[in-house]
Amino acid sequence: MDLFNFQTPRSIPELIAAKNSANAWLLAGGTDLIPQLKEDRRKAETIIDVKKIAAMTNISAEQDGGLNIGAAVTATTIAQSEIVCASYPALAYSVALIGSRQVQNRASLGGNVCNAAPSADAVPALMSYGALANIEGTKGKRSLMVEEIFTGPGRTVLEQDEVLASITLPALPENTAAVYQRFTPRREMDIAVAGVSSRITLDANSKIVDAKIALASVGPTPLRAKAAEMTLIGEVPSLKLFEAAGAAAASDASPIDDTRGSADYRRHLVSVLCRRTLASATKELIQGDLP
Amino acid sequence: MPSISLTLNGRSVSGEVETKTLLVDYIRENQKLTGTHVGCDTSQCGSCVVHVDGKSVKSCTMLAVQVDGSEVTTIEGLATGEELHPMQEAFRQNHGLQCGFCTPGMVMSAVDLVAGNPDISETEIREGLEGNICRCTGYHNIVKSVQAGAKAMGG
Ligand SMILES: Cc1cc2nc3c(=O)[nH]c(=O)nc-3n(C[C@H](O)[C@H](O)[C@H](O)COP(=O)(O)OP(=O)(O)OC[C@H]3O[C@@H](n4cnc5c(N)ncnc54)[C@H](O)[C@@H]3O)c2cc1C
Ligand code: FES
Ligand code: FES
Repeated sequence: MDLFNFQTPRSIPELIAAKNSANAWLLAGGTDLIPQLKEDRRKAETIIDVKKIAAMTNISAEQDGGLNIGAAVTATTIAQSEIVCASYPALAYSVALIGSRQVQNRASLGGNVCNAAPSADAVPALMSYGALANIEGTKGKRSLMVEEIFTGPGRTVLEQDEVLASITLPALPENTAAVYQRFTPRREMDIAVAGVSSRITLDANSKIVDAKIALASVGPTPLRAKAAEMTLIGEVPSLKLFEAAGAAAASDASPIDDTRGSADYRRHLVSVLCRRTLASATKELIQGDLP
Repeated sequence: MPSISLTLNGRSVSGEVETKTLLVDYIRENQKLTGTHVGCDTSQCGSCVVHVDGKSVKSCTMLAVQVDGSEVTTIEGLATGEELHPMQEAFRQNHGLQCGFCTPGMVMSAVDLVAGNPDISETEIREGLEGNICRCTGYHNIVKSVQAGAKAMGG
């Protein structure tokens, strides 16, 4: 690791001014960045600590019932937040998968998103809740759907002067449930070979009116499984339907072969996890066994 | 070089550090507190766990400059004089260690884990210690120690 400048801005405008220079990197928990610096996989001239910016370390309820989570809020805070556990349980569950307790005490939601790993565990849940990434830079603010910010492994649309300020989770309609599951060879401290988050919304007749399915570790970025979603809309939940959605999700995936799993194996995992997450989400909404 | 001030084991310390100095190196080299160990140096094993503002963290994956203004506690900060902290005493009574290399990290993780939870279950302990690796004990006595320590601490 080489020497670098270290800055601790106290406000978002100060942060943006500091980031607007070559080779400046934000440091939140550092659980991705510090190992990268130690292994010289990243060169930094300036490191900017975001954890002292109050606006980025808060969770606050939005007027319309949604929730705003500052980019620097830790996984531990999110997993223990009553409002997240009650309204967005798939997110509370997925941040609690990140590394171990000591990692979660440091790791931030914004870091999980901005590190842009295809395997990032918090991202599929955010995508299936329809979360927005609120970005700020020298030219102003913009908000994108979380899935729109990834351009490749480790790469995002953020410009050099831009930072992720917060994530907004929209208010969810009645009768909505989401579930994330991942597959890892070891139970913990491991990277997902595949992960699926499924969210469904049912109408009064138990028909699926909205579905958002997001996949981890099966493409260069986290992906929406749009073909799988299409198979669900307008249908009544059933095991057969979820089998079909799983098969569609496997074709939505574009995995590679690597040491953690072959592409074929990953597609198989996607179909299984898709079916299982849909079935558990449905269980939260409808009593009794699925037809 | 930036200068940092922090409370280390209840004592105010300050001084200059290079920006790239890891917290664990600051603790071991600058402060000469060698109870905090380095096993993997990659955030896996947990032998470097200390508390920053009361929360367990892996000090091999933090910069010293990040703790400016914080309270840091290492294994040396747990005992009161000659009297061991209840979690240390529980490890001693229950044979929660063999070679002892992982022990400082285990104890620091355990103290954070059981705070406010005197009746913590075996499952919660095993899950809570997933970031701490021990190559000697097989964990059985560590779990027993943490359970006893939790009771003794009274939450
Ligand atoms: C032992 C271990 C196990 C892990 N296990 C998992 C796991 O199971 N699942 C998983 O998903 N991850 C895992 N991780 C990876 C990591 O912990 C998470 O991705 C974490 O959420 C990163 O957050 P951070 O705050 O530490 O990010 P940092 O390391 O601080 O930052 C990560 C990247 O995002 C950038 N960044 C941070 N905040 C912002 C912002 N607000 N705006 C713009 N850019 C920003 C940084 O510049 C950096 O490039 C693990 C890491 C370790 C060390
Ligand atoms: S030395 Fe820090 S976790 Fe192993
Ligand atoms: S007692 Fe030897 S590593 Fe745990």
